[in-house]
Amino acid sequence: MALMDDLGKSLEQSAGGSVILTSLDAVLDFTRGHSLWSQPMGTACCAMELIAASFSKFDFDRHGVFPRADPRTVDVMIVAGTITRKMAPAVLRVWEQMAEPRWCIAMGNCAVSGGIFYHDTYSVMPGVDSFLPVDVYIAGCPPRPEALQDAVLQLRAKISNQSIVAGRTYHHKLLLPMPTKGVAVRGTGGESS
Amino acid sequence: MKAEELSSRLLGYWPELSDLCSIEKNRMLIKVRSETVHATISKLKELGFNQFEMVTAVDRGADLEIIYVLHSIPMKASVWVRTHVPRDAAEVASMADLYTGADWPEREVYDLFGIDFIDHPDMRRIMMPFDFVGAPLRKDYVDENIIPRPDYI
Amino acid sequence: MPLEPGASTVPVNEDGSAVRETVVNLGPSHPSTHGVCRVIAHLDGEIVTRAELVIGYLHRGIEKMAEHRTYLQIMPLTDRLDYVGSMYANWAYCQAVEDLAGIVVPERAEYLRIITCELQRIASHMMSVGSTGNDAGATTLFVYAFWVREQVLTLFERLCGSRLTYNYVRPGGVSFDTPDDAWIDEVRAFCKAALPRFNEIDRLFFGNVITKGRTKGVGVLSAEDAINASVTGPSLRASGVDFDLRRDEPYSLYDRFSFNVVVGENGDVFDRARCRLLECYESVRLIQLALDQMEPGRVKAEAVSRLIAPPVGETYKTLESARGTLGVFLASDGGVRPWRMKVRSPAFSNLGIVGPLCKGYTISDLIMILGSFDPVFGEVDR
Repeated sequence: MALMDDLGKSLEQSAGGSVILTSLDAVLDFTRGHSLWSQPMGTACCAMELIAASFSKFDFDRHGVFPRADPRTVDVMIVAGTITRKMAPAVLRVWEQMAEPRWCIAMGNCAVSGGIFYHDTYSVMPGVDSFLPVDVYIAGCPPRPEALQDAVLQLRAKISNQSIVAGRTYHHKLLLPMPTKGVAVRGTGGESS
Repeated sequence: MKAEELSSRLLGYWPELSDLCSIEKNRMLIKVRSETVHATISKLKELGFNQFEMVTAVDRGADLEIIYVLHSIPMKASVWVRTHVPRDAAEVASMADLYTGADWPEREVYDLFGIDFIDHPDMRRIMMPFDFVGAPLRKDYVDENIIPRPDYI
Repeated sequence: MPLEPGASTVPVNEDGSAVRETVVNLGPSHPSTHGVCRVIAHLDGEIVTRAELVIGYLHRGIEKMAEHRTYLQIMPLTDRLDYVGSMYANWAYCQAVEDLAGIVVPERAEYLRIITCELQRIASHMMSVGSTGNDAGATTLFVYAFWVREQVLTLFERLCGSRLTYNYVRPGGVSFDTPDDAWIDEVRAFCKAALPRFNEIDRLFFGNVITKGRTKGVGVLSAEDAINASVTGPSLRASGVDFDLRRDEPYSLYDRFSFNVVVGENGDVFDRARCRLLECYESVRLIQLALDQMEPGRVKAEAVSRLIAPPVGETYKTLESARGTLGVFLASDGGVRPWRMKVRSPAFSNLGIVGPLCKGYTISDLIMILGSFDPVFGEVDR
């Protein structure tokens, strides 16, 4: 949003503005991280654990995560399940409809890397990060609902490092090391065995 | 129903079946040529095989083998019908006029093996994207996207 | 993504002019399509004039992968076929391997297979009934049904370590015996505790006037159409056809048990959903009977090697899954890897009739009809 960018830049440059900027960032990061409404892009088995995570036994709502059907009103897209080449344009289209700030969680081995379907198949994308920028990866086949909730906590810690000024990051201690690569480009396949 | 009982009952109605059918492991198998498979299956439907359970193809190298499994709810039994089609002119009559349940399985065999079903109402791909080229389940299918697995047993 | 029109039969008004249809795409990512199914609905107002299902968004090429894996390495792939019912998906594949290789399964393993399959059937039906309620707007029912499902998943976790994809049933038996007698007591306690929950779901949801309004008379499938369309399982029995593979073509030890087969009357969405709930009562009875009859013993067949190399031949074995007749066809060339594996998926065959069946109903009925056939797209697309 241009207003937020201008506000951030002007606060950064003005005298004493950085105190306001850091406080504003803290408030915004807290509110964004604690009420992440999710787009459940569940395709396969991980979708069952995604649903189980939202229900009474594991209760996602206490973390502020609430599944919404409409991509324009969500913050985080949880890609749960195998993404095939036929499905990838649909996932990308939903991702592009999401308003910024937006994040992506790759849930389950199939979304992380293709998982059990990496080898010998002609139709599975080797990981959703071949076309989407993923923020948190969850391993597991399927991961337990608690692992998914833990991923939201990791994402919350990552969000707390962001600022409304583009390019400025804080350095609060993360719970897990952050991947340094951006959107991964798929290699020839020989190097990742 | 055991295969011997089924076989004797069917041969009672249809004596010409005896040189086409065989029994293996409690299973009744009928082997026909690809031109006569539609007539065979429509006769079997009259004899009580009212459900089209499955159609699949097996790539035997020299040609493609098509296997139909028909199921009879009143007789509580199944029968296999097998036929062969050549690899480059792979076509066989469609059973969609006999059973509406043959529609999608035949589309799947068309999609994955490239076998054309004549007179099928909607012969399009079903699993792969509509603009896909090739028959993925044939043994000679090559694709640069396939990452072969290291051969650990 | 362009829409694929196919051959459109455009309806006409009385004066011969074409009805102006709206084409609505219920895309593959949709909260109520039970997975990745795309429905292209041609609507006249709200009435569906033509509904076309496009599937294949989860086609992972499991059948091709199976040709490059040994028989034991395929086991985890079969878990992911019908992921709501991994126990019977594993079992269907193991039946075929055992038939090809001539492996005889010990009796205790057969009882454990039956117990876990029936528990899995309860979990799967709870998922289905719950999502039918969710489609109708009753999200509370989904949460109530999940109470039962979570109990079953906890039992499975104690038994084999996993909540969803178990890899428990193996060629030659099962992978682990019950951990201790406490597990058997927990299963019995679950059976007692689940029955009042089923009664509650029956009264709350199926006794509700809104449910009856939304599901009775919707998506009526006659018995002849269902048989001709290769519909099997609870969807077939709801149309009035009295056929269940467990009773009529018994496999494993099902001929030792006597149980009722739930048959519906009208073949509408109400009957299909209620048949699934009533089957849960029968599954509880089967579990209790199997627990009473089970004796201590081996749970794995003797001398089943890690590299199973069955003789040359083919086999096709079926079983009654929560969706219908689940069959696995295996062709062997004598090696350690199958030459061809084909899964006859009941959900795939059941879905073929959904497109033509939705004609004439409203678009909200289309959602209910699609859900009532209980598709699981891991199995549909393989």
